[in-house]
Amino acid sequence: MSGTDADVIDALVGITPGSPLDAIRARRAEARAHAQATYRALFAPKTPGHVTAHERFAVGGFVAGLHGATAIAACYAERLAEGGASPALKDAVDAAIAEARTNGPYGRYPAGPLSREDTAGLSYRVGAATRRTLGPRLAAAFEHVHLLVFHPRDAAPAALQALLDAGWSTTDIVTLSQIVAFLSFQIRVVTGLRILAGAP
Amino acid sequence: MTDTVLNPPEHTVPSVFTRAPLDWLPWLEPLAVDQMTERHMASLVDAARVKSPYFRLLARDPDALEARTRTDKDIFYNPDAGLPRAERELAAAATSRFNGCLYCASVHARHAATYSKREADVQRLLDAGVTADLGERWNAIVAASVALAATPIAFGPEHVDRLRRAGLDDLAIADVIHAAAFFNWANRLMLSLGEPAATAGP
Repeated sequence: MSGTDADVIDALVGITPGSPLDAIRARRAEARAHAQATYRALFAPKTPGHVTAHERFAVGGFVAGLHGATAIAACYAERLAEGGASPALKDAVDAAIAEARTNGPYGRYPAGPLSREDTAGLSYRVGAATRRTLGPRLAAAFEHVHLLVFHPRDAAPAALQALLDAGWSTTDIVTLSQIVAFLSFQIRVVTGLRILAGAP
Repeated sequence: MTDTVLNPPEHTVPSVFTRAPLDWLPWLEPLAVDQMTERHMASLVDAARVKSPYFRLLARDPDALEARTRTDKDIFYNPDAGLPRAERELAAAATSRFNGCLYCASVHARHAATYSKREADVQRLLDAGVTADLGERWNAIVAASVALAATPIAFGPEHVDRLRRAGLDDLAIADVIHAAAFFNWANRLMLSLGEPAATAGP
């Protein structure tokens, strides 16, 4: 995952030209091209807005790490480092992953017949030491990212208020949400296609 | 102007998974139609989506929205072989049922029922959940979708083998993977930026 022109999903799956998976992805050429276009829009945007490259890649590494997708997480960590982030930030992302990993999806439903399916789980709060390195804005983002990754059905306006309070605008929150949601797709496509190809 | 969270108007919160059409009420301010630039409008891909607060909210990051929508359309609508449309919708509905997205489940359960003509099976998925017995081919698709939706991902070679035994070729299995993976994208946006509301009915 060096640069933003090479197809990221192909690279992460290990798809080579002429391989069976190359042919399969070619049958869905629009999906292939626009998954890559989404990656570009979120990680190399033409108009970055107020979400920095460091924030984007730190969140990317955190999402992949929460999935236990070690190789994908390493790619986002590499891009974070290439962008000039301090080693302390990378360490803080790793520390947050270690603090926050659990099993999803869990969460609560609106009170009623579905309440019997309510499943308790971690509501992640960034640890004090990790928070000092991440800063309040990125720490708030990581807490929201954890909600989206593991227990999105617990989402509530209060979670968005916490982001607004930490300096995320409405538009920034849309971008942050797209990063987490898109990576939830990308990581599953990569994992699924690797298994389909019989990769270990 | 400082951005704020929206308080949705009084509404009926749906308490069960349903194939009935639902509304969706945003928790953050969508773009106002008269504020939208040509770029914002183009990012909707379908002009009619300007009526949707969900898409006008996502249009705040137009490049991400447009690429999302074009990815979505190819995964679900591309008619070139692979998995039948009904079963792409089944993967979407099963993923949404497992993640707990009542809104997404309602839309895609409707589509799955329409394209498969198996309303009772689709309703059983909604009522009983992802362990409902829907016949082996659908069970294999639901199980694969659920394993893929788990975090960490629980999808493995045994799911591929089961799909192959159920008659899916590799393009169809790739379609299951993409349809299920896409709803891990869609569910997270729908669940976290607003909430479903029962419609008043006809």
